[in-house]
Amino acid sequence: MPIKSYLAHPQEDKKQALFEALSKIEQCEVIPAKNEDLLIVVTDTNSQEEEDKLKKLMENIDSLKLLSMVSGFNTPKND
Amino acid sequence: MNNTLTNRRSFIKKMAALSAMTAAASLFPGILFAEEQIKGIPDGDLEWKKGPCRFCGVGCGILVGVENGKAVAVKGDPNSSVNKGLLCVKGYHQIMCIQASDRLKYALVKKNGKYVETPLDEALDLVAEKMKDTIEKHGKDSVAMYTSGQSTIPEGYVASKFMKGAIGTNNLDCNARLCMASAVTGFLTTFGADEPMGCYEDIDHADYFITWGNNMAEMHPVLFSRMLEQKNRRGAKIIDFATRTTRSSMASNKSILFEPQTDLAVANAICYEIIKNGWVNKKFVEEHVNFNKGLTNIGYGLEDKFSFKDKATKINFEEYKAFLADYTPEKVAKYSRVSVKDIKYLAAIYGDPNKKVVSYWCMGMNQHTRGTWINNLVYNIHLLTGKISQPGNGPFSLTGQPSACGTAREVGTFTHKLPKGVVTNKKHRELAAKIWKVPVDRIPSKPTYHATEMFRAVDRGDIKFIWTQVTNPLVSLPKTSRYRPAMEKESCFVVVSDVFPTPTSDVADVILPASWHIEKSGMYGNSERRTQQWDKMIEGPGETKPDAWMTIEVAKRMGYGDLFPYSEENHAEEIYNEYIQFHKGAKHGMAPLEVLKEQSGAIWPYVNGKSTQWRFNAEYDPACTNGKDFHFYGKKDGKAVIWQRPYEPAPEVPSAEYPFWLNTGRVIEHWHTGSMTRRIPVLHKAMPNAYLELHPEDAKTLGISNGENVKVTSKRGSCIMPASINERGLPTKGQVFAPFFDENLMINDVTIDAFCPISKEPDYKKCAVKVEKV
Repeated sequence: MPIKSYLAHPQEDKKQALFEALSKIEQCEVIPAKNEDLLIVVTDTNSQEEEDKLKKLMENIDSLKLLSMVSGFNTPKND
Repeated sequence: MNNTLTNRRSFIKKMAALSAMTAAASLFPGILFAEEQIKGIPDGDLEWKKGPCRFCGVGCGILVGVENGKAVAVKGDPNSSVNKGLLCVKGYHQIMCIQASDRLKYALVKKNGKYVETPLDEALDLVAEKMKDTIEKHGKDSVAMYTSGQSTIPEGYVASKFMKGAIGTNNLDCNARLCMASAVTGFLTTFGADEPMGCYEDIDHADYFITWGNNMAEMHPVLFSRMLEQKNRRGAKIIDFATRTTRSSMASNKSILFEPQTDLAVANAICYEIIKNGWVNKKFVEEHVNFNKGLTNIGYGLEDKFSFKDKATKINFEEYKAFLADYTPEKVAKYSRVSVKDIKYLAAIYGDPNKKVVSYWCMGMNQHTRGTWINNLVYNIHLLTGKISQPGNGPFSLTGQPSACGTAREVGTFTHKLPKGVVTNKKHRELAAKIWKVPVDRIPSKPTYHATEMFRAVDRGDIKFIWTQVTNPLVSLPKTSRYRPAMEKESCFVVVSDVFPTPTSDVADVILPASWHIEKSGMYGNSERRTQQWDKMIEGPGETKPDAWMTIEVAKRMGYGDLFPYSEENHAEEIYNEYIQFHKGAKHGMAPLEVLKEQSGAIWPYVNGKSTQWRFNAEYDPACTNGKDFHFYGKKDGKAVIWQRPYEPAPEVPSAEYPFWLNTGRVIEHWHTGSMTRRIPVLHKAMPNAYLELHPEDAKTLGISNGENVKVTSKRGSCIMPASINERGLPTKGQVFAPFFDENLMINDVTIDAFCPISKEPDYKKCAVKVEKV
């Protein structure tokens, strides 16, 4: 049951577009920086397989320039 | 799913977000996630309680979310004008250390070499008995207290009253000596009054921010964020003047690097250029400034019992101008490594009458064997140009600790200080005696030991009992290679009050379990003269008690109970109300308690229900009474002083045997010696250990790769730590840098205990070392 956090760097002038695209994904919580072109994404999925698929989905967003993972936790879903 | 932080999965998600914020802060100095603070933290049944942040001297307002008696969340206080709802990574995480598994919950007494859990009352009995016995056998100057710029105002006040008013010794000093003493002596010699004249609102008005040896992006991140906001919004410019390329340099408009110690010469060269180009504000200088020179070749304090007293001699403008002839940009460029063009560039910024300039500094200028001088020299620049005490114009000495100003400087927990004034002044002693209700003769008129000399006295066996509170000197002192064995000697009984075990508590005979910040009520005073109050938010574990209360309990046991008639429940408030009697009047009036409870702090002088934002400026400061636009009322004639201070070299410079400068400092993730922040998992994970930064060319010459262990050695000691090349910061060629937060990698075994002879503040920024691959 992975929980991971990422730094999402948008393409130039695409911070809002990236924020909107990521926010539409059910497993993602998105926290935009107030004063820099950067977003934090926290993902919450049921399995590693689902997480891998989600990562590919995020990486295919046009407004995304770079996605870098910061931390990963694995925890029982109902703990 | 229960959507509160007490739910483990939500908590882990929060941790993941905080980890990312920490990483983001490493990439983008000053990055803010204001929306997250509001949106990401559940309200639920949380009760939000206001207070100041525990870390650093900026004094951000925080709101702590309390649920079922536990602190579970922190957010920035939107009503605080300091941070306007924003926090840095340390601020967000601060409460996460409280429940660390090795929290000191009960008193520990060393018996037969082992620590034995002991009822607090019994431990306090022992402390009082030992202190009393020591005084009886060896005199009152054989006992000492060493406190902190992180002590609350009441804690500092009762320590001063206990040592100076009750026992009658000036053996009280504090760790602010290690960070702020040069700022104090700089203010006193130039203005006759301590602490900055401006406030943080200067940031909203300045056209230029010039930072002198000050990595604000890591050390004062919220203020740096405010500066970046002004840079982005209205084109304000940040000029970073430093010895090392840091995150602040990278985020600034321009970075200018100088050879260590030559800031003295560059400051004089700037003044030379200001005069040469006719940029002196003649009216201001004529009306508000005197010129003095002091003694030169003043030493470095390396010897025990070193003594120095400066002597001021009046000079005139022409003599000062002639002195500056040795500091032409061309001459100074040769040894400062700052180009003539850059010196002239800096002078032109200060000299332009249409540009508002704020100079910021902190440890780079204060931890300096000529710390008082370099403070004086930056004031010279602002006084020559009249850019002072106005919104957006002024010199601004930033504080390192949350109450270095409020407690160490204003209450006066230094050997020479009293809550108002100094021990050498009869009137000041009389005022203290009157308020403390003690005979005036009991307060000694001579200062005794400043911090470094206090631990030298422990080593010599002159001090036989020492009590430290809220500080970890065996990590933070310079030359710990001498002072650790000194504190281990059986000749001195050591009492340590702290929240967590530290290398200092490791040598204690008695360890007293202290309440953490929000487990007690208190007040702090920040860099902009803002006093901030908070009420106890949660119960501390076990038998933890506020430091002030433990001091009071020991005082009572020693027979001084009548001087400490405070109640356990309300002692912080009762002490504050007694304390502010010292500062009555327009020059330093403190806000009453009810005001502090209502709002997120108030700036002194607090006069007629109003904070004074810019001192010495008649437009804002009711204490100005000379009928002119400015009144530097700290000096008898109302004039500030431009000091003639030369460049003098550091006591120890790189040599064939020790070819590198060693500079030490802090990192954004950790607070000082790391005793709290290293117990916050997300911060510890982000920065798990100290390191030695090298210039890539030096590393290549020595055959050192990134991450490889290197041994850094001085005449005093050595330390093995991993090399860091092209990572966090970039030292100039011939210089190395190490942070001091890591008790396992003790860089202060290597540093030198030389200090400014006027302020007695040690220089942690310059000594000579060699570096070897291990």
